[in-house]
Amino acid sequence: MQPADSTVFARKQRSLWRDALWRLFRNRAAVMGMVVIALAALVAITAQVVAPYDPVQQNTPKQLMEPIWTRFFGSRFTDSAYLLGSDELGRDILTRLMYGSRVSLVVGIVPVAMVFIIGATIGMLSGYVGGWVDNVLMRFTDVVYAFPDLLFVIIIVATLRNTDLGLVMDGLLLIFVALAIVSWVGLARLIRGQVLSLKHREFIEAARAMGASPVRIMLKHLFPNILAPVIVSIAFAVPGAMLTEATLSFLGIGVRPPTPTWGAMINEGFVVFSTTPWPVLLPAFCISIVLLACTFVGDGLRDALDPRMKI
Amino acid sequence: MAQQLLEVKDLKTQFFTRDGVVRAVDGVSFELEAGETLGLVGESGCGKSVTALSLMRLIPQPPGRIVQGSIIFDGQDVLKMDDDEVRGIRGNNIAMIFQDPMTSLNPVLTISRQISEALELHLKMDKSEARKRTVELLDLVGIPGAKKRLDDYPHQFSGGMRQRVMIAMALSCNPKLILADEPTTALDVTIQAQILDLLKNLAREFRTAFILITHDLGVVAGMTQRIHVMYGGKIVEKADTTELFANPKMPYTWGLLRSIPRLDEKRKGKLLPIEGLPPDLIAPPPGCRFEPRCQYRRDVCKEKEPELRHIPNAKPDHEARCWGTQEGGWLVDTDWHREIGDTRVIEEIKQEVAQVTLEGTAPGAGTPPPPPSPVN
Repeated sequence: MQPADSTVFARKQRSLWRDALWRLFRNRAAVMGMVVIALAALVAITAQVVAPYDPVQQNTPKQLMEPIWTRFFGSRFTDSAYLLGSDELGRDILTRLMYGSRVSLVVGIVPVAMVFIIGATIGMLSGYVGGWVDNVLMRFTDVVYAFPDLLFVIIIVATLRNTDLGLVMDGLLLIFVALAIVSWVGLARLIRGQVLSLKHREFIEAARAMGASPVRIMLKHLFPNILAPVIVSIAFAVPGAMLTEATLSFLGIGVRPPTPTWGAMINEGFVVFSTTPWPVLLPAFCISIVLLACTFVGDGLRDALDPRMKI
Repeated sequence: MAQQLLEVKDLKTQFFTRDGVVRAVDGVSFELEAGETLGLVGESGCGKSVTALSLMRLIPQPPGRIVQGSIIFDGQDVLKMDDDEVRGIRGNNIAMIFQDPMTSLNPVLTISRQISEALELHLKMDKSEARKRTVELLDLVGIPGAKKRLDDYPHQFSGGMRQRVMIAMALSCNPKLILADEPTTALDVTIQAQILDLLKNLAREFRTAFILITHDLGVVAGMTQRIHVMYGGKIVEKADTTELFANPKMPYTWGLLRSIPRLDEKRKGKLLPIEGLPPDLIAPPPGCRFEPRCQYRRDVCKEKEPELRHIPNAKPDHEARCWGTQEGGWLVDTDWHREIGDTRVIEEIKQEVAQVTLEGTAPGAGTPPPPPSPVN
C-alpha cells in the first residue's frame, strides 16, 4: 500500500508565486517598466552624488539655458555645463529632475502603503465579520467614495496646508495623508468582495474546525488567497498617487518650494513657456515615462498573477 | 460503565430562515465511548452534518442556533464553553474530516503549512518540530515521498491524496474524536476503499473514537461498531452494526437496505426506492416523521410520534422509533425481505408526490394528508 520512495518521480518544484514571477519576467513591457523604475529609483537614491549641482543653487546670468542638443538646431542659449539647460532662476534642470524623482517615488510608495493598511483592515473586517460592522464600515466607505477624488485631496491639502501637519517635511506628509484618505476606498471594496466570496468556502470552514481564531483565519488563510488582486490593484494605485502629487504641485499646493518636484517644475516653467518650452517639457516627459513604466508593471503583474483576468 | 467520551443529550439545532424555523436537528441523543466508532446514516438533509457541526459549535450563526440540549465531551459541556475554550477543543480534541478534499484545503498554502498549523497552534511546537511531525503524519497516511512533497500545493495532489492529507491534518494533534463527514463521497470507488481502510486502521491504532457520517450503508458496514440511522432531524434507529444489518427494525432502515444492491442475495430484479420526499423540516409531520412515506403506516403513525424504544426480538441495545415494531405493534414479526408493504399505500404515496410536484410548493407540510386507508 505504501509505495517505496523510488517510485516518486522527480519533478521540479514550482510554487504559484514562482510561476507568476516567471510570467512577469517573460512580459517585455513589464520588464522595461521595471528597468525604468529601477533606474529612477537609483537616481533618486544617489541624487546627492550624481547630480552635478545643488538643486536650489541659482546662477542668474545663466538662466533659461536650453538643452545642449538644441545647439544643432541653431540655439544660441546653451551651455555645456547645463546638459538639460537651466530654469528661469538659473538652476540646473537635470539636477532638479534628479531630486524631483525622490518626491515622485516616495509619493508612489508611502501613501500607497497607507492605502493598503487602511483598505485591507476595513475590507477584511467588513467582509469577514459582516453584520452591522459591515454595514457601518461600508456606509462610511460609500460616503468617502461619493467625493470626487481630486477635489477631495485639494480641499484637504488646501485647508490643512498651514497647520502643523502641513509643515512637516515641507508639506509632504500632508500630501501622503490626503492621498491615503481619498484612495483606500477602492481597495477596501475589492478586499471585502474577495473575502465575501471566500469566507464560506470549505477550507475556511476547515480552518475554523481546526481551531483557528478569526484573526488567524483572516491573516493566514484569507489574506494569501486575495493577495493577487490586491497586488495588482496596488500596482495601479502607484501611478495614480504620483500623478495626483504632480497635479497638486502644478497647482501650487503641493510640496513647498524650493524643494524640486516634477509637478512644481512644470508650474514654474509655465511662466516662461513662451520663451522656451524646455522647463515644462522635460519634467512632463519624466512624469510620463515613469507613469507609463508603472502602468506596464501593473499590467504585467495582473497578467502574471491572474491569467484569467487577461482581456 | 466506563465514562463516556461524548454524551449528546436532546440536541436541537435550528435555522431561523425567512420561511420559518428549520428544525435541522430535533432532539438527538447519543453516547460514544473512547475509541468507539459510530456510523451516522441517513439521506441528504436529515441532519447528519448539522449534528456533526453542532458538536464542534461550527453552526453558522446566524441563521443557525443550538437551541437546546447538552454536548458533554470529556466531562465538559461544549455548549457552555466560551469561544476560546471551544477553539482549544477544535482540531485538538475533536477533529473533522470534510466531504470534499478538493475544496477543503487552502489552495494557496503549502501542504506542510496547513498540517503544521494545528501542531503549532495546539501543541505549541516550533516550526522545525512541526515540520518533522508533518513528515511522519504524511508517511502515516500513505503519501509516497512525504518529505519531498511538503512544499507542494494542494493542486499538485490528486483527490485521494488530498483526502489523505485531510486525514493527516485531523490526526495531527491526536484527537480523541474524529468526525468524518462523508469522507469518501467525492472520491471514486477504488480510492474510497483505500481511504476507508486507512481510517479504520488509524482509528484502531490510535484508539481514536470516530463518527462516520454517510448516506451510504455500504460504507459504514465494515467500518463502525454501532450505527444510528437518522431521519428528519431525529435518530430513528440505534443498533450494533451487525444487528442493524441482520435485524433492522424500522421501515425507513428497511427502505435504505432495499435500495442498495447486495451480492449475497439472489437477483430479484429491481432495487426498491423509498417513495416520496423527505419531510419538510419547517413543518414536520405531527406524528412519525416517516409516516408520509411509509408503506406500513397506520392511523396511529399520523397522530402520535413514537419514542425511541427498545425493540422486542432484538439485542438489548437495539432501539427504534416505530409504532409498528414496538411491543405489540403490527410489524413485530414482519419479514422485511418478503413483505414490502401494502401496494395500495405505495401507489398513494406516489400520487401524493406527483401532486406536490404539480402544485410546485405544497402548503405547509411537504405532503397534504390524503384520506387514510388502514392496512388490512
